Amino acid sequence: MVRLDQVGLELGRGDTRTAVLHELSLDVPEGGFRWLLGDSGAGKTSLLRLLALSALPTRGRLTLLGCDIARARRRDLPPLRRRIGVVFQDFRLLPHLSVYDNVALPLRIAGRPEGQIRVDAVELLGWVGLSHKLASRPTELSGGEQQRVAIARAVVARPLLLLADEPTGNLDEEQAERLMRLLQELNRLGTTVVVATHNTAMVQRYPAHTLRLHEGQLIRDD
Amino acid sequence: MTRSLLRPPGFDDLGVRRALSDRLLPSLVAAMTFLAALAVAGAIGATALAQHWQSGAGGMMTVQVPQPGDPLANSTRLDRVRAALAATPGIASARTLSDDELRTLLRPWLGKDLGTSAADIAIPLPAVIDVQLSGNGLGSGPNRAALGAALETAAPGTLVEEHDRWVTRLAALARSLQACAALALAVVAFVAVAVIAVATRAGLTSRRDAIETVHGLGATDEFIARSFAQRATVLAGIGAAIGALAALPVLAGLTGLAAPFANADAPDGIAGALGAVPVALWLSVICLPPLAAAIGWLTAHRTVRRWLRRLP
Repeated sequence: MVRLDQVGLELGRGDTRTAVLHELSLDVPEGGFRWLLGDSGAGKTSLLRLLALSALPTRGRLTLLGCDIARARRRDLPPLRRRIGVVFQDFRLLPHLSVYDNVALPLRIAGRPEGQIRVDAVELLGWVGLSHKLASRPTELSGGEQQRVAIARAVVARPLLLLADEPTGNLDEEQAERLMRLLQELNRLGTTVVVATHNTAMVQRYPAHTLRLHEGQLIRDD
Repeated sequence: MTRSLLRPPGFDDLGVRRALSDRLLPSLVAAMTFLAALAVAGAIGATALAQHWQSGAGGMMTVQVPQPGDPLANSTRLDRVRAALAATPGIASARTLSDDELRTLLRPWLGKDLGTSAADIAIPLPAVIDVQLSGNGLGSGPNRAALGAALETAAPGTLVEEHDRWVTRLAALARSLQACAALALAVVAFVAVAVIAVATRAGLTSRRDAIETVHGLGATDEFIARSFAQRATVLAGIGAAIGALAALPVLAGLTGLAAPFANADAPDGIAGALGAVPVALWLSVICLPPLAAAIGWLTAHRTVRRWLRRLP
């Protein structure tokens, strides 16, 4: 499902080019669940960007959903991205679209029929408790509500790989528990899940395979 | 509620309507279309006037026969020249100017005291034959050199005055004007491409976050480029339509001013002026909005595709 072989990532250009990930090698099998841990600046978000194909490795070999990224053509990447759901730390909702249209966006990009989009988006927004906010703009929502919209958008297309960057950061305890149950349910149904977090209590409550990064290097994989 | 959730046609996922202003771009395209319409009018007008003048001057020839009444080989010199002209193919008509016409022609040089007939003038005058050639006189009609030789044989000393030199000058002038108009059109098109490209890049910068998000959700480059291109097409088309409409009164006015040079009456009223606008110019002006829309589509599409290369 996910395989990194001596993968490195450098950001910036010219003299400002900086290595943020160093020779990472790891495997996440299909249907696996991984906590991604590490201090701020350890490289968690950079690794998630690699796995979301928002950045491409500058060295090493990355295999995602059976595709060797180094050999993939540019036009091969969008279909891969559609099979990867991402919950960003800063939500990245589109402020000019309603809550419903934000959640519907991945399905529209995938060219799904509007009838199916309506059923899926409304059902998921109901599940995250935002049925009454379908027509609201993201700027009219609280941080927790925006995060729930971002989660709904990430999972609405039933991705094979779900990446989440601090998904419980803006949620209260009850919502965080609900989210973890959703992630576990998706994982049980076969979705591979990687969650970056600082929330050690949550990690202890839901023990799973852990990846720990330190200064861009993988120091723990068990 | 269910109805309101359906995605309407032309739904703006990327917020491109905020990225490409519906005021600045159409205004600039309208101004450029106005200039393009004037350039096209210049080219078509120059061509039409040149053709008109060429068909008039190039289709004529003037033959002068000195001592026209002198006998020569059982005839007069004038009759022999007329007979030679009649036997020459490619000549539509050959009319000998009457005494009155000759007197009218000569009055500016010889004064009002001119007598009532050419015979009253003390100096010997040649007969003048106004020859109309068939076709437009350019390349068609009789072999000029052979005709000159035939008339010289018929009556030695006969002069043939052609208008080819003016026709050549007119043709050169028309070609120059057409080249200038084509150059002006090319400059206008270049500026239009530059303006649309700059506007698109500004729009891309302002919508960068939305584009990166949509890109990350799996949108193809074509999906994003098409959103911008459709918007640019609409704005350029609207702007060009406004510019073309604004140019119409000016074109009608110019047509009215040019009418006397084409031996036509000046048109009456707005409807008459618009009706007098040449069909070729009408068609060209009508083609400008679709052309501007096509430039809008191609430029925006290409600009977005190039910009997207910075994303993985």
